[in-house]
This record gives sequence, structure tokens and C-alpha cells, in this order.
Amino acid sequence: MPNKKAMPPKTPLWARLTKHQIIIPIAALLLLALFNLIADPSFFKITLKDNSNGDPVLSGNLISIIDNGSELAILALGMTLVTAASGGQDISVGAAIAISGSVMLRVLCGSDSRSETLQAPIIVAFLMACLVSMAFGAFNGSLVAFFKIQPMVATLILFTAGRSIAAWINNNELPIVKDESFAYFGNYIPGIPIPTPFLIAIACFIITWLIMKFTNLSLYVQSVGINEKTSRLNGLNPEFIKLMTYVLLGLCVAVAAFIKVSRISTINYSVVAKDIEMDAILAVALGGNALSGGRFSMGASVLGAYVIQFLTTTLYKFEVNAAALPAYKAVVVIILVVLSAPTVREKLSRLGKKLHKNKAAAETA
Amino acid sequence: MLNLMMTGNGRLKPPGRKMTDTNLLTTITIAVFFVMYIGSMVFLGEGFLKPQTMLNLISTNAYLIIIACGMSLVMITGGIDISVGGVTALVSMSCAVYLDMHGGNVYISMLLAIGIGLAFGIIQGFLIAYLQIQPFIVTLAGMFFARGMVTIVHTNPFNVANKDFVELKDTRIELPDFLGSTNRRGRFIPAKIEIGVIVALIIVAILFCVLKWTKLGRNFYAVGGNKQSALMLGINVKRTTFISYVMCGLLAGIGGYVYFMHVGSGSPSHATGAEMNAIASSIIGGTMLTGGVGNIVGTLFGVLSLALIQSIVSSIGLDQAWWTGITIASMLCIFLVVQSIIIARRKKANLKNAAGNAAKEVAT
Repeated sequence: MPNKKAMPPKTPLWARLTKHQIIIPIAALLLLALFNLIADPSFFKITLKDNSNGDPVLSGNLISIIDNGSELAILALGMTLVTAASGGQDISVGAAIAISGSVMLRVLCGSDSRSETLQAPIIVAFLMACLVSMAFGAFNGSLVAFFKIQPMVATLILFTAGRSIAAWINNNELPIVKDESFAYFGNYIPGIPIPTPFLIAIACFIITWLIMKFTNLSLYVQSVGINEKTSRLNGLNPEFIKLMTYVLLGLCVAVAAFIKVSRISTINYSVVAKDIEMDAILAVALGGNALSGGRFSMGASVLGAYVIQFLTTTLYKFEVNAAALPAYKAVVVIILVVLSAPTVREKLSRLGKKLHKNKAAAETA
Repeated sequence: MLNLMMTGNGRLKPPGRKMTDTNLLTTITIAVFFVMYIGSMVFLGEGFLKPQTMLNLISTNAYLIIIACGMSLVMITGGIDISVGGVTALVSMSCAVYLDMHGGNVYISMLLAIGIGLAFGIIQGFLIAYLQIQPFIVTLAGMFFARGMVTIVHTNPFNVANKDFVELKDTRIELPDFLGSTNRRGRFIPAKIEIGVIVALIIVAILFCVLKWTKLGRNFYAVGGNKQSALMLGINVKRTTFISYVMCGLLAGIGGYVYFMHVGSGSPSHATGAEMNAIASSIIGGTMLTGGVGNIVGTLFGVLSLALIQSIVSSIGLDQAWWTGITIASMLCIFLVVQSIIIARRKKANLKNAAGNAAKEVAT
């Protein structure tokens, strides 16, 4: 075919896009949107309504998706780094959210769990929670980096103990923050009709993007994930980089916990952020990142997180019992991982080539 | 593992002189268990002095022993299966619904339990062994699927009233007289255990033999130790991995039924955290996460240690719910760190041996 040889450098945009891993979450998103469009077009309606405080806010399914998906998107940022560097996932993020949320409430409420005023500025509570959460991240990270324990098993320790520690921090009480300004971060700031969690998520994403753009973090993390020995020979310190990704995930956990606690101004240790670890891992997988480490794309993971929230909202829309939700998600996960498994992909591409050849043969005949 | 070991000066050492890692870890666990048991008898007295207390612990945890055995098998081949707790809950809920609402037969409910376990094992095993997807992801999805299915099967917890089943559930096996005790009024009470304990002990015995003396059992160790060398030895690595997951699923089904016989009800919140307890018991029992090292007897003692430490924690007054989680986690943490240190030491020793041999070769 001489025609093809004549102009090879110009690849169309969509062809380049299909090669990029971001196509997986986009395809899933389009599929879900199409499904909703056919089932019920009113799913996409957005209205401007007054909320209980009398402020005009946007409401609708799409808004609730970008609102509720924010914690997941923030977690997905950290989880992508951890996955890329250590080739495993942190399953303790839900428990860590419980811990850092209860630290926040402990600082805000002091010793009296029903106090009328804040005992400390919100920023102090937030920084405190960040510190604690990063310390737990460092604990996980050092088990993985220095003791060479598989990430999922090392984080199993915190997964088992996390919610117990959270209950212990507040002496099993459920402190309630009565200050109104604390609730702004999980709901709406008066005068701004966009939910605050979404704004926080965007801010986190921009900061991460800037870090990726102007530092070598991304390169180092990828090289450690692809080959630890080679990166050591090249002068990197794989242990330190692994540890750092876990500490960064701790920071993401603290931000997510801040939103989670602010939403309801209190905390319930046994149910807060339950099963969020599954969703976060799923977001990374859905973003087309290899779960065994190596190359990653932050944007794809974040998009993956919102796709999962889209799926959850859709399932709720069809009145699926909240407790039965995991079953449906599990089916989606299995389909996804089976499709992205190397052996299956190879077979599919071989099948595609065969079909192509047959077609070409038919054409020439 | 080779029994004959080369010493520094090249002489062959007689077998059995140096302990293998498996035996060392198992010995530590068994020693820890007995130290804890004797300690609790001496310092806490009362309940711990009666054999019945220990027997009750075993009866309550019979299902965990069975599940943890399956988990050990999978971990010996280098994988992990965290769907077992979900399968346990699904089995007990399905059997409960079948027995109560469809007037089912007890024997068919047993088949149902085994069928559910096998189905999970076969599907997960296929995905992991033949499609080579990470075991953790597959079984995590399996766990969530099972937990979701429980609520789809039935939403509310309820007790089973089926006559045959209640009869089976209340059956106790009396042990010889010397284990019994006399109560305050001076009446003799024989020691009793549940049927589940017998099932668990039979399974432990069978698996011990399988792992020790059959080709399949040795293949498990070979695959877990080093996939590449196992392949070169002519072992069908994929099939061995597949079989280990199927066996784990089967044992989860049986364990689920034993759990069902113990609680006699179906509920979505049954066996929460059972998978973590099973993994923790296997690790405490000396099974290594990296595969290739492990022992069923160690797992048995791992479960018992875990149960014992929980009852000690609650009997010394730390009865708030959070202490259980924290003790299990810290125990797990200690054993994991010990394992990783042992691995690191072994690697270093291997390197040193290799270097020494190389130096000798150069010298000669």
C-alpha cells in the first residue's frame, strides 16, 4: 500500500488518543452516560435551588457526582503514586480516614465532645490531622520499603487496627462540631453555588500537576516501579521514594478525611469511608494504570474516580440497595481486570489481526 | 528445602541438625501459645484452669481453623485469598434461606455450601492462574461480590428454625471423663465439643498429610518458592495454582457451613473480618507471604493463639471493643517484622555462602 507510506507522520488525534491509557476511563464514562441517556434523560438535569440556609446552589445528579466523588479523586492521586512506586495498593485508607478524622474532631472539640465553640482554629486541627495521617503513612511505607513486606499485607495491619484506634482517640464518643464555618468545607460556601469538595479536589489536582511538571518525582516514581535495582544503580534511593509515596498518600488521606468529617460535622468510626479502599484501587485500575507498578497517569486515575462515582449514583438511581452495591461494582471490576489482563489482550489483538487479515484477503480476492 | 546442608568448610552436615525456617517459625508460634496459656492459667486462674474454656475457644473458632487452612494453602503457593470471609457469610445466609424459607433438607444444604465455595474457588482460580491477574484484586472483588450477594439473597438477619438443622446444631460430642469438671454443687459436667471441631481436626490432619507426603503438596511448596524453577522441574505451575485456589474455595465453603452450624442464623454482618483473622493466623503460624514456607500445624496454633489472646485481653479488663483490633494488629505486626528479618538474614547468609564458595574455587 503505497498510499500509507506516503504520509506516515500524521496520525489523527483520535488514533493517538486510543493508544493513550486515558481512553479506558473516557470509554467507561461515555458508556455510562449513554446508558443513562437512554434509560432516563432527566438524569442530566441541573437546577439552581435554594438550600436550607437560603443560599442558591446547583443541584442535580451530575452535581452530586462531582461533589461526592471528590474524596475518591483526592485519594486516587495518592493511590496512583503508591501503586506506581511499590506495585501494590494501600488498603488502609478507609481506616486512616477514620483516624485522621477523629484526630481533627479531638483537636476541634477539646475534652468536651459537645462544646458550643471551637477549641482550636480549623487550620490547626487540619495540620494536626495531616501530621498524624502522614505518620501512619510513614509507618506503612517503612514496612513496605525497609522490611520488604507486600504493600497490601503491610497495610493490613492498619486496616485491622485503624477503626479501633479512631474510636480510642475519642474515647468512643462521637464529638459534634457546632461551628457553622466548619461545615463549609464539606458542603457549600455561602455565595458559591459549586460544592466546596469539588473545588478542593481541583486545587489538589492542580498542585499535584504542578509538582509533576516541575520536579522529577514522576520520573523517579516510575523508574522505581519499573525496576528497583536499575534505579538504585542510577543513583536513586528506592526505599526513600517508596516511603515518600506513602507519606504523600497520608496527606491525601488527611484532606479526604477533612471533607468527610466536614460533611456531617461529626464522625462514625465504623462506617466513615467504608469500602473506600476498594473504590480507590478501582479508580487506579480504571485509569488504565498497571496495578503491578510502573507507568502511571494522574489524570486518568482522577477521571476513573469520577467514573466510579457516576456508576454509584447510577446504581442508586435504579434503587439498588446500598448494601448490595459492592456486588455490582465487583462485577465491573472483574470485567475490567479481565479485559486489561495481558494474556487476554494478546489474544484479543491476535483475533483482531486475524479478522483484519481475512478482510484484506477478501478484498483482494 | 534440602535437608543436607553444606557447612562452611564444604562437609555435608547430617540432616536435622539445623532447623529449617518453616520449623523455626512454627516452633516459635507453638511456644508462644503454650507460654500464653500457662501464663493465663497461673496469673488469671479461674476459667482458664478448666479444660472446657479451651474447648469452647476451639469450638467457637473451628470455622476459622478450616478457613485459615485454605488460606495457608494459597499463601504457600505465593497467593492470597481475601474472599473467604464473604464466602462464609454467603454460605450461612444461603443455607439459612434455603432451610427456612424453602423447607430444605439438611444434607442438600451441605452440598449447597460446598457448591458455593467451589464456584468461588474455580472462578477466582481460573482468573488468577490462567489469566494471570493479581490475586489480591481478584479476591477483593470476590469478597465484595460475596458480601453484596448476601444482602441480595436476604436483607435481614434471622434464626433458622428448621427442626433437623437445630438438632444437628445442638449435637455435642462428649469427651473422656478426665477433661470434665465438677460445678459448685458438686455435680459432674463432662467436657463437650461441637461437631465442627471434629471436622476441623480431620481437615487439618488430611492437609498435613497432603502437604507432607503427596506430590501435589510438594508442588505447592515448589511453586511458591520459585515459579521459574518449578516450571523447569516440569511442574504445571498454572494447574497447581488453580488447584490451590479451588481447595481454598472448597475449604471456605466447608468453613462457612461449620460457622453456620455454630451460629445457627443468617446475617449480612456474619464473619466480618474473618479473612483478616485467617490471614493473621496463617502469618502467626509461620506461613510466609512470599510463598514456599508454611505449615498446617502452625496455622492451627496460629488460630488458637489469636483466640487465646482475645480472651486474655477481655478477661484482664480491657473489654472495650477497640482493644481486640489493636492487639491482633500489633501481634500481626510483630510476626510480620520477624518474618522479614528472617528472610533478610537468610538472603545475606546465602550471599555469604556463595561468595565463600566462589573464593574457594578461585583459590583452587
